[in-house]
Amino acid sequence: MTQLVAEWRWWLPALTAAALLAACSRPGDEASLPTPQTVQVGGASGQELAAEQILRKGNGAEPESLDPHRAEGVTSSNVLRDLFEGLVTEAPDGTLIPGAAESWTISEDGRVYTFKLQPRGRWSNGDPVVAEDFAFGLRRSADPATLSEYSAILYPIDNAYEVVNGSLPVDRLGVRAIDERTLEIRLHSPTPYLLGLLTHSSTYPVHRPSVVKFGDKFARPGNLVSNGAYGLQAWVVQSYIQLVRNTHYWDNDQTVINEVWYYPVENAESELRRYRANEFDTTETVPNRQIPWLRKNLPAELHIAPYLGSYSYGFNTTQPPFKDNIPLRKALAMALDRDILVGKITGAGEIAAYSWVPPVTGYQNQQPVWATWTQEQRNAEARRLYAQAGYSAEQPLRMQLLHNTEINHRRLAVAMAAMWRDVLGVETEILNQEWQVFLQTRRTRIDTQVFRYGWIGDYNDPYTFAEILESKHGLNDMSYNNPRYDALLLEASREADPAVRMGLLQEAERVMLDDMPMLPIYYYVSKQMVKPWVAGYESNIMDHHHSRHFRILKH
Amino acid sequence: MLRLFFRRLLESIPTLLILIAVTFFMMRMAPGGPFDSEKRLAPEVEANLRAAYHLDEPLWQQFGRYLWNLAQGDFGPSFQYRDRTVTELIASGFPVSLQLGGLAMLIAVVAGVALGSLAALRQNKATDYTTMAAAMTGISVPNFVLAPLLVLVFAVYLGWLPAGGLGEASLLEGGWKNLVLPVFTLALTQVAYIARLTRGSMIEVLRSNYIRTARAQGLSTLTILFRHALKPALIPVVSYLGPATAGLITGSVVIEQIFGLPGLGRYFVTGALNRDYTLVLGIVVFYGALIILFNFLVDLIYGWLDPRSRE
Repeated sequence: MTQLVAEWRWWLPALTAAALLAACSRPGDEASLPTPQTVQVGGASGQELAAEQILRKGNGAEPESLDPHRAEGVTSSNVLRDLFEGLVTEAPDGTLIPGAAESWTISEDGRVYTFKLQPRGRWSNGDPVVAEDFAFGLRRSADPATLSEYSAILYPIDNAYEVVNGSLPVDRLGVRAIDERTLEIRLHSPTPYLLGLLTHSSTYPVHRPSVVKFGDKFARPGNLVSNGAYGLQAWVVQSYIQLVRNTHYWDNDQTVINEVWYYPVENAESELRRYRANEFDTTETVPNRQIPWLRKNLPAELHIAPYLGSYSYGFNTTQPPFKDNIPLRKALAMALDRDILVGKITGAGEIAAYSWVPPVTGYQNQQPVWATWTQEQRNAEARRLYAQAGYSAEQPLRMQLLHNTEINHRRLAVAMAAMWRDVLGVETEILNQEWQVFLQTRRTRIDTQVFRYGWIGDYNDPYTFAEILESKHGLNDMSYNNPRYDALLLEASREADPAVRMGLLQEAERVMLDDMPMLPIYYYVSKQMVKPWVAGYESNIMDHHHSRHFRILKH
Repeated sequence: MLRLFFRRLLESIPTLLILIAVTFFMMRMAPGGPFDSEKRLAPEVEANLRAAYHLDEPLWQQFGRYLWNLAQGDFGPSFQYRDRTVTELIASGFPVSLQLGGLAMLIAVVAGVALGSLAALRQNKATDYTTMAAAMTGISVPNFVLAPLLVLVFAVYLGWLPAGGLGEASLLEGGWKNLVLPVFTLALTQVAYIARLTRGSMIEVLRSNYIRTARAQGLSTLTILFRHALKPALIPVVSYLGPATAGLITGSVVIEQIFGLPGLGRYFVTGALNRDYTLVLGIVVFYGALIILFNFLVDLIYGWLDPRSRE
């Protein structure tokens, strides 16, 4: 999944000015706002449904595609989650539950998964959903000719690496339809997070006859046949995507919402205004600088919850001054007062982080010892390490800190530089680059010293974070290289016992934290506004929401 | 007239070619490519992607291919919006921008010329100062400040107008409500500019000898204004209108962003940020062609306003 990209830098002065002006006009306005307590929803019982079951969602950037095997962004995944159903799906709280598969068995070595399909499974045109649809979908997803930018997520499947890289034909992929209702997936090595992966759009089935008939136009309204709770009715680019109930869906009786409208709004401030004007029932995000106001005025509608993401800075460990310089890296890590950074600078309830892997289900959060110290103790130790690394007030460290252009990153960087200056006397030059340029600079692993490194996990498992620091991993822009770390990761990937595997991954993170190739700052939170009449919404770590679980209460 | 048209058409070809070439190569020089993301692609997938979009060919060959397709009216596939072609995106975005910008320009011209003329007639009197102070404010308040304020007042607090989007209803059945705030915001700055331009040139015209003669003959102020002064006074306004209209109807990214409107401006900016080569090129070519067209129209209007410029 892509990092949260900072897009609209020319906006920022604009929004600042707008916010200032809006702030001036506020005192009188607040009185006229209906407070959440006075909005009576759900009639007498509190659960009475509204006559019109239409859900309107703000949805961030315009989805780049609704082809499940070519889409990659968060916002297209949001829509695809309503259109398609994987073998496994998610309950409102994010728990994995049977989706298109009614049940499954896992072989003892953890390498063969056999899925029994839902007997009532139907495509939106009424065709039955059969095992071959899934096998075809997975093969299409892995096929390099499909041009999927996400096919690497299929690597746990037997031969997937070879297929994606073109060295084996597509039919060698480890998937097989045993009969109409039985699908077998063979894995390369035990992958305890496979079930989580099967909620990802890259593993969705596609309706073969329409793919054959319409080619790359099969995901258009009128052409798209889907197997989820909704079908695609209309898609007006940059305007809206309209989904309507798929009456053939196997669990259609439980679905309440009749229509779902997704509205693209890149600008969070605009999204919030349209939400407040009751044009949206839910938002995709919330602008950080509005959070104090929302906390005060619409607290019941503001949902902030831990999210599967880590906000960090990486050290370039191939170049001086950070090459082989653990004391210096630790000194910089310790000298940051994270409580101030998340409390005063970011301010959306982000969780101060002392490690790389965020709170993933079943994983014990790892922390260096100094995480429990007071900031004074950390500063004292940081000064000692800084001196040990050969720096002093007369000979301070001069370094460059690089982030991608965005106001929130800038504010945080300025605060960090100030802390380093005050505690250690470090002179930091803060640089920023537009996203694409930033990615390229970071990737060189030469022209960087300290650089922003954020990551949103693809699946609810520590491995989606841990693998990045493996020495040969393509995204290891820190160039972190510790054979012990690599060995622990390899051992974990061969381990069939989930508890032992978690232990190995935890140990690997402890090893990494002792080397400090990166500087953890905070764990992300998801931020959403949800109208009081929307029932069935629950926050979850993946921030995945299926409209079929929602209801609109009378209001 | 016809000769002028064909001459302009021929002249526009090299202009457009230069424009395309500069944009094409500048886009390619920008660091990063359309398939760069944090994810590193499998080499085979990346090779396939590059081949599918012909990025594996030498640059001059890609340029030739682009020109060849363009000559046949094909702007190519969008890199970012994988399910769409650039032609489709322009076809869906342009009507929206045209409607928005056209309405805004219409309002701006009528209001701007009226206010400017009024101020000129009442030069250095209270009306003049008030009008010009208002115009100055209109120019100085950026639309990205004005627009959110208008939305807060008229959509969030009063609930009279929608806060954004184009709505699903047609224009007459209530869809016009979605256009009120964006058109007003867009028009306001233009009103201010046009009013100032009109005032300046109108004052000059009113001082000229033939107007004095007209006054001496006892013609009423209104007759002088409409029959004799307005046409020559509009010449600087018209030369401003050509590029301004082209600019307005090709979309304003700020207004489209704030009001969530599906116009061309958003494509241009997101296209540039995502290195969507074909989308950016397509819009530049389209924009360039429009400017050429509008400059041609401006020349025609000159001829009508000022007979001296006809030859």
